[in-house]
Amino acid sequence: MRSGQERARATKLHRRAVPRVLVAMACVAAVSAAGCTEPTEAAREDRLVVFAAASLRDGFATLGEEFERSHPGVAITFNFAGSQELRTQLEHGAAADVFASADQRHMDALVRAARVTSPTVFARNEPVVVVSSEGARMVRSLAELPEATRIVIGTPEVPIGRYTLEILDRAEAALGPDFRARVESKVASRELNVRQVLTKVSLGEAEAGVVYRTDALSAQGSITVVAIPPESNAIADYPIAVVTGAPHPELARAWVDFVLSPAGQRALASAGFAPPPASSASR
Amino acid sequence: MAVSGGLLVAFLALPLVALFVTTTFVDFRSGLSHPLVWPALRLSLLTTSISLVLVVVLGTPLAWSLASSSGRAARALETLIQMPIVVPPAVAGVAMLLAFGRRGLLAGWLYPEGASLTFTTAAVVMAEVFVSAPFFVQAATSAFRRIDPKLLVVARTFGASPLRVFFRIAIPLAAPGLVAGAAMSWARSLGEFGATLMFAGNLEGRTQTLPLAIYTALEADLRAAQALSIVLVVVAFALLLFVRAALRRSTNPEDAR
Repeated sequence: MRSGQERARATKLHRRAVPRVLVAMACVAAVSAAGCTEPTEAAREDRLVVFAAASLRDGFATLGEEFERSHPGVAITFNFAGSQELRTQLEHGAAADVFASADQRHMDALVRAARVTSPTVFARNEPVVVVSSEGARMVRSLAELPEATRIVIGTPEVPIGRYTLEILDRAEAALGPDFRARVESKVASRELNVRQVLTKVSLGEAEAGVVYRTDALSAQGSITVVAIPPESNAIADYPIAVVTGAPHPELARAWVDFVLSPAGQRALASAGFAPPPASSASR
Repeated sequence: MAVSGGLLVAFLALPLVALFVTTTFVDFRSGLSHPLVWPALRLSLLTTSISLVLVVVLGTPLAWSLASSSGRAARALETLIQMPIVVPPAVAGVAMLLAFGRRGLLAGWLYPEGASLTFTTAAVVMAEVFVSAPFFVQAATSAFRRIDPKLLVVARTFGASPLRVFFRIAIPLAAPGLVAGAAMSWARSLGEFGATLMFAGNLEGRTQTLPLAIYTALEADLRAAQALSIVLVVVAFALLLFVRAALRRSTNPEDAR
């Protein structure tokens, strides 16, 4: 049993301790409250996952830096790959926020599967012929393409490959009904992505290839560009859309708006892209 | 022990099982009639057979030399030979372009007229040899090292020449290891993709092996790619079974240690 003195001391301690404990509890409560809101907000909208066609690598890298500067604390993760691969990943439920495709068909397929909402065309890319230093002597226009010893194009399963065949077919109106066959007889390889076509021509393994103007721009020193006449060309429309059920929907919308804004369009233009058609309404 | 082993087996088997189980018979049949299949399969079997012969013929004497020597040079050489395993196949392909390509290191000597090995069937064989040789050489070297040196010495004392010792004593004794190494090498070259794509390219009938055909099909139609993959897995499985059966028949039970 405690003595009177001890009880008095205990009461004094209690009286001093209680406010202190209360203050301590209040502090802990405040800190945990602050701690609770901050992580949730941070977890909600500080990351952005963008799936984009390989040809958008340089353009989107620049845009990404600008976006991160104007949205401090936001980190963008890009997944650059062939549009077909990205489409397959999205069809199997990959957790992305935005999808930018080099091809309307892949975007249409995802719309049908309800994996993306209201795509918009944000840029166009013009296929061009690129030639190596040896090729530059043989091929100075589309008509002279069959003069090359070895031509590298994309396989028909990838967008650039399809556009190439379309171009060859269209060119037959001006260059003769056997133009496509003459070109195809010189094809040494059908590559699985456009950058590989560019690499083979840059390294001089093939004299000529068909890539996008944006790719040609990135390999300025090692290749020469030969433009394709507009009446024969097949321009690629690039659509962009927010993924259904995106983990970061607000940032996704902000990114799409940024890409469509004048600043975004300027960055894409300097990477070699053409602006979207004036009436690019959402589909 | 059984649990951990079982776990690994399950992990390795599950993707293959998934591949088979998720392909319907109709998909498989339409996949088999895919225009890419038969040219690709023929080309794969042709090129991997040639690669195997080259690897074995050139690799066996090399493995014998490595097993017989113990100096630092030999060990360095062994490590060098294993390098292709470490290098990503696509990088190996680029490296081959830089060495054997039109503007490569050897271009001046190899291609006076401006032709080149790039984009040819020979390039496919070269890529396959590059990636699969290390597996055979490694296995063969170990197999030769395991031979009891006393047996070789005894053979020499009986008057056998070094060449005779090599062919009549060493190779038969090392046979199980050599065959296992050849099987691994063959399997590796059958599945080879990255280096082939970079160095040889992708053209039906000339350079599009079955793995390349699968990847090309993957760009258009997952189901077709699945069907082609099943063909590849079945062919590889059959080849390896054949090799193991040949191995069992050639191994004399009395020699078992």
